[in-house]
Amino acid sequence: MRFEDVSIAFDHPVLEGISFQLPRGETKILMGVAGTGKTLILKLALGLLKPDSGHIDVLGNEITAMREQELFALRRNIGMVFQESALFDSLTVEENVAYRLIEETGRVTEEIHERVLEALRFVELEHTVSLFPAELSGGMRRRVAIARAIITQPEVLLYDSPTGGLDPVTSDRIIELIVKQRDVYHTSSLMVTHRLQDAFTMASHYFDRQQNKMLPVGDGVDCGDLNTRFLILRDCKIIFEGNAAELLRCTDPYIREYLS
Amino acid sequence: MPLFSPTEFAKEQVLAVQEYSLLAGRSLSNVFTQPRYIADTLLQADLIGVGSLPIVVLTGFFTGAVLALQTSSTLQQFGSLSLTGKLVSLSMVRELGPVLTGLMVAGRNSSGMASELGSMKVTEQIDAMRAMGVDPSKKLVTPRVIATVVMLFFLSIISDLVGLTGGFMISFTLLGLDASQYWTTAYQALRFGDVIMGLSKPVVFGFIIASIGCYYGLSAKGGTQGVGRATTQAVVAASVLILVSDFFITRLLMGFFQY
Ligand SMILES: Nc1ncnc2c1ncn2[C@@H]1O[C@H](COP(=O)(O)OP(=O)(O)OP(=O)(O)O)[C@@H](O)[C@H]1O
Ligand SMILES: [Mg+2]
Repeated sequence: MRFEDVSIAFDHPVLEGISFQLPRGETKILMGVAGTGKTLILKLALGLLKPDSGHIDVLGNEITAMREQELFALRRNIGMVFQESALFDSLTVEENVAYRLIEETGRVTEEIHERVLEALRFVELEHTVSLFPAELSGGMRRRVAIARAIITQPEVLLYDSPTGGLDPVTSDRIIELIVKQRDVYHTSSLMVTHRLQDAFTMASHYFDRQQNKMLPVGDGVDCGDLNTRFLILRDCKIIFEGNAAELLRCTDPYIREYLS
Repeated sequence: MPLFSPTEFAKEQVLAVQEYSLLAGRSLSNVFTQPRYIADTLLQADLIGVGSLPIVVLTGFFTGAVLALQTSSTLQQFGSLSLTGKLVSLSMVRELGPVLTGLMVAGRNSSGMASELGSMKVTEQIDAMRAMGVDPSKKLVTPRVIATVVMLFFLSIISDLVGLTGGFMISFTLLGLDASQYWTTAYQALRFGDVIMGLSKPVVFGFIIASIGCYYGLSAKGGTQGVGRATTQAVVAASVLILVSDFFITRLLMGFFQY
């Protein structure tokens, strides 16, 4: 995925000259204070909005030049977890998670049911399969949204503040899921977060398949292997791009204050 | 507060009409492409058709009855009370059946569609649907348009029949008209053009009801208040458009069948 000199303005400029690349298999963590346009970047990447200027390439397609009708097929290769989960509130958890699969077959088959259970097992919510979103807690909804995004194993995942407003235990659980997705399936992803702690957890932990849990990287191992990089937004622009070590060494006063 | 600018206002209106036309056009062209959401269409048909049946029967019956009452007093002055059936049948089939049914269903279903789609819009469910590669105009709009057009067609016929029955009840019990006389004049009054007019109106009205309801729902913004506003606007716009288009269809078909 590539952003090239992308700008968008509403009443006031929100993004100006944003350029970055997300190579295959890499995870980018997008940070910045509230209202700097992080959600907008994810929506632009999906083509839900068109930028005022600039080009956006996703999976080899220039989406800024595509019509809405052509985008639908491309979007099936991208999973998105919305900030407010955006589950369909008149469908059950199962129908929500299976939404894309039902789209292809028209109904819930035995095979789809199995895949839904598997995806829900991934987020440890198997028992909620026949509940409605209104009957779940915020954190459970967020995890259902993750299950819905990953069920088809898309090539790109976009997470919008998956841990926003959640307690540390649930947040850690969600971060573990994202790390698992990164290290087990090597999906490219763009993740927005407000919690620095989450960002550093992601940059310093890997998922161990034998023990089926997230472990800190040992002293000798380079964090660069985790393929996780940071992007910090401020005043419509990207002010930092690099990995965790570079971020910690960065001397920009604003970033130092942000990190402290 | 910024000053009111007439050019801005005009631009907004033109843009709204353009967006509405695009959505309306797409809702029709979707019929010819895959995937088709048959189950959604049937569900909507049940909701709109079966759900509206009671109010349509009630309004149809009482409209027919009051028509018979009103016209009889005038007809009596000319000594031609026997024409009651003819008057009731012409007014019901050509005008009141389709229009009143249209207005009733607009009140019930345009608002329902606008609020349902509007809530989905403001809670990002529409965005989520697009994000998963599903076209909302296909999944949400086209099933509603088809279901409303088909159902309104049949609801209008039911309304006509029930209205005639209402007129008959009044004629038979209060006016003392002969049953066969009522039904014969009612039947013979109808010409081919009348029937065509009565059956083409609900098709247009159904399209207006569903497309307007969906358009206002999908363009809702500004939280729950915005949904409320969209709902009201949808009913108002659909009702006004039904009455306006009714005039033009009537004029057009009258010219065509040379009344
Ligand atoms: N549809 C819209 N209409 C008008 N302004 C918008 C719209 N969407 C976003 N904005 C503006 O764009 C800016 C960035 O919004 P965005 O939702 O991307 O912020 P964010 O970085 O995700 O914030 P948060 O961390 O609180 O989620 C905000 O100032 C907002 O006012
Ligand atoms: Mg946001």
